[in-house]
Amino acid sequence: MADITLRVNGSEHKVNVPPETPLLWVLRDTLQMTGTKFGCGAGLCGACTVHVGGAAVRSCSTPVSQSVGKDITTIEGLSANGSHPLQQAWIAEQVPQCGYCQTGQIMAAAALLVKTPQPSDDQITQAMSGNICRCGTYDRIRKAIHRAAAGGGR
Amino acid sequence: MSSFSRREFLAVGAAAGAGLVIGFYLPHGSSSNAAFAPNAFLKITSDDKIMIVVARSEMGQGVHTALPMILAEELEADWKQITIGQAGANPTLYGDQQTGSSASLRISWDPLRKAGAAAREMLISAAALEWGVPRSACAAENSSVVHAGSNRRLSYGQLAAKAAALPIPGAPPLKDAKDFKLVGKPLPRLDGPSKVDGKAIFGIDLRVKGMKYALLARCPVIGGTLSSFDDKESKKISGVGFVGRISDSAVAVVADSVWAAMEGRRVLNVRWDEGANKDLNSAAIFDVLKKSAANKAATLYSRGDVSKVAGKRIQAAYQTPLMAQAPMEPGNCTAHFRGSSCEIWGPMQWPPDVRDAVAKAVGLDPDQVKINVTLLGGGFGRRLDHDYAVEAAMVSKTAGVPVKVIWTREDDMRFSSYRPASYHVLSGVLDGNGWPVAFSHRIVEPSINTQKGFPGPSPEVDADLPDEASLIYSLPNALVEYVMTVSPITPGYMRSVYGLETAFASESFIDELAAAAGKDPLEYRLHLLAKDEDIKFFDTPWKTARMRGVLQMAAEKAGWGKPLPTGHHQGIACFGCFGTYMAEVVEISMENDKARVHRVVGAIDCGQVVNPNILEQQIQGAVNFALTNALRAQITIEKGRVVQGNFDDYSPIRMNEAPAVEAYFVPSAEAPTGAGEPPVPPLAPALCNAIYAATKRRIRTLPILG
Repeated sequence: MADITLRVNGSEHKVNVPPETPLLWVLRDTLQMTGTKFGCGAGLCGACTVHVGGAAVRSCSTPVSQSVGKDITTIEGLSANGSHPLQQAWIAEQVPQCGYCQTGQIMAAAALLVKTPQPSDDQITQAMSGNICRCGTYDRIRKAIHRAAAGGGR
Repeated sequence: MSSFSRREFLAVGAAAGAGLVIGFYLPHGSSSNAAFAPNAFLKITSDDKIMIVVARSEMGQGVHTALPMILAEELEADWKQITIGQAGANPTLYGDQQTGSSASLRISWDPLRKAGAAAREMLISAAALEWGVPRSACAAENSSVVHAGSNRRLSYGQLAAKAAALPIPGAPPLKDAKDFKLVGKPLPRLDGPSKVDGKAIFGIDLRVKGMKYALLARCPVIGGTLSSFDDKESKKISGVGFVGRISDSAVAVVADSVWAAMEGRRVLNVRWDEGANKDLNSAAIFDVLKKSAANKAATLYSRGDVSKVAGKRIQAAYQTPLMAQAPMEPGNCTAHFRGSSCEIWGPMQWPPDVRDAVAKAVGLDPDQVKINVTLLGGGFGRRLDHDYAVEAAMVSKTAGVPVKVIWTREDDMRFSSYRPASYHVLSGVLDGNGWPVAFSHRIVEPSINTQKGFPGPSPEVDADLPDEASLIYSLPNALVEYVMTVSPITPGYMRSVYGLETAFASESFIDELAAAAGKDPLEYRLHLLAKDEDIKFFDTPWKTARMRGVLQMAAEKAGWGKPLPTGHHQGIACFGCFGTYMAEVVEISMENDKARVHRVVGAIDCGQVVNPNILEQQIQGAVNFALTNALRAQITIEKGRVVQGNFDDYSPIRMNEAPAVEAYFVPSAEAPTGAGEPPVPPLAPALCNAIYAATKRRIRTLPILG
């Protein structure tokens, strides 16, 4: 066990966990931020995607010790009140079905739009193909990203 | 699970003169001065809140929006005032509550309309009494009753107490479809906002006070049992508390965190008795199916006499593998055993079955088990099984704490119930013009329901087959048969259940016949549907006209027969299941000898469309789900173990493989039928028929990329 300080969604949190604990479980169990999901535990599905130092990472495969000193953003901190253009676009395009993977999808898309504000179809495909949706919402995810990029989230 | 037991329930209910109406006419005690609750689905309080209770599970298919729309429509409610309540397990009020068989809309349509209409009529009566005017001078609109003559208005909340004291009408008038204000509109889903900001609570997210986390070690060989275990290493992991046997085949590691439980399980020393399946492999499973094809078969459908037809005979065999549902939310359930009661929280598709199974497992009466249904991170049939809940209850009882059992992805892949492997023998006889004068299809496959203990229409026929094995063509001689086998691999329900494999075989084979006749596959099918007739398969009178309708619509929208981009080819297929008609056209090109799917055009006839937004979601989703099944989904068995473990070796399609999916609906005033499953079956045959069009290579074994 180790005392670790994490900066999550702009606030500092002290946790006492084994340093090799995946960031995912510290977020979910210790900090009780359950918007970040467990899907595969192996970095294969993207349900656990958060931003660490501005980059989209798979929190299920990232030891918490590697996130120390970096800004961590989860879906809970992406915006106040679900107002991020992607969240708005997700509603406008009615993307979610079961919804389980969607927070990870949105976090992956948010990292894409920071780097590439006007992504092409190919760039969207490239950035989003690490995220699996068993409900098959891919068509609408693509539309929602285009909508947000065009400023039409609201 | 089986729609048969559902039908049994309905039959019993109808015989008793009650049917699902049991749930709707509660004693008046349920209404109070503050609340108007004329039935188990509705509560209106004096503060103008309207709660509609949903007695089905929300697993992505939209019941938390579509079902309330039906009640709110008849109630003349202001949609903005609606909040949703999720029912626990209460079959007395809500019937069997199984979320499966694409049945939620089909079963709920009439009862929810009547529930809303009865409440509306009572509210109108309450207002008329209040004002001392005739009922006929009052009308309900937008959660209020208005009296046009005096321009007076009272809200439903204001009328709640008075309405609660009135008698409940037995046969309230229902609205005409032309007056629908909500039904038929693409209303946004009510669960949307909570699913984009992380606030939605799935089973895995739910916490109860004092809760611990548990992972279970299970024998890697299917059917194996626990021999012995040593918990010394596990107990060295910080946070691990209890380690112990919870059944003949599982050891639980209980800890303060999921990670500690994972680590504790990783280092647990267990010895297993691998049992009878230790040498089982996939080849042996298919051997059994192929050999069983010669066994005596049960007749599912028969017309004319296929044995007495002469002509050009064509035969083929098809097969499909074991598949896993693999919903994104891995298995989990939370339980608190308290000695004389047990409470369960979790993602489940069949709450009353969970209640009964948990009660049996921990030695309580069903009434002592309380079920709370969370959101489901996908279901696809997997959560019709009650294994997670039974495990959680057993661990809570054994460890003496409230506990959440979590399955890892590997657990989900390896200890699941699976779509059974299947084998199909087909035979057709063509006349001089190439038209089929005989068509026979023998389905060889384990019975999911029989192996789970649920009876079918006869001992030789699985309970799901009546919904999922129809052959909807006007053929002079036709025969559909079933040979029931027994599988050592636990068979499970998976989106469209038998429909996927049945349609893959029959709709590919129809294409083979069309090719042998040198005829266009669409024209061939339309010829076999040209005459208006009912083709009765068990209880369902399938209409050739409706199947023709979806075929023509899909073909027209897809530009069937028109020039395609260079290198593109199309395939078509149609199928009917769960009362719904579906046709799909798949457009592909071949890249490095592999099919790339560009576009799928689906046309559905599922009666009255309740919410076109959700219906399109279901078609898009089912097509992608089915595309994974067709291309790659395959569970294989070696030495009694499931080989696949995660999304690397069982790999659902991702955005880079997802086609554009277009969904079209045949306008209809028929009562609604389901849409969650019917778009699955036509995809694989339409895709394989497109590959045939491109390559003249016929694919008779799934997965295509196997």
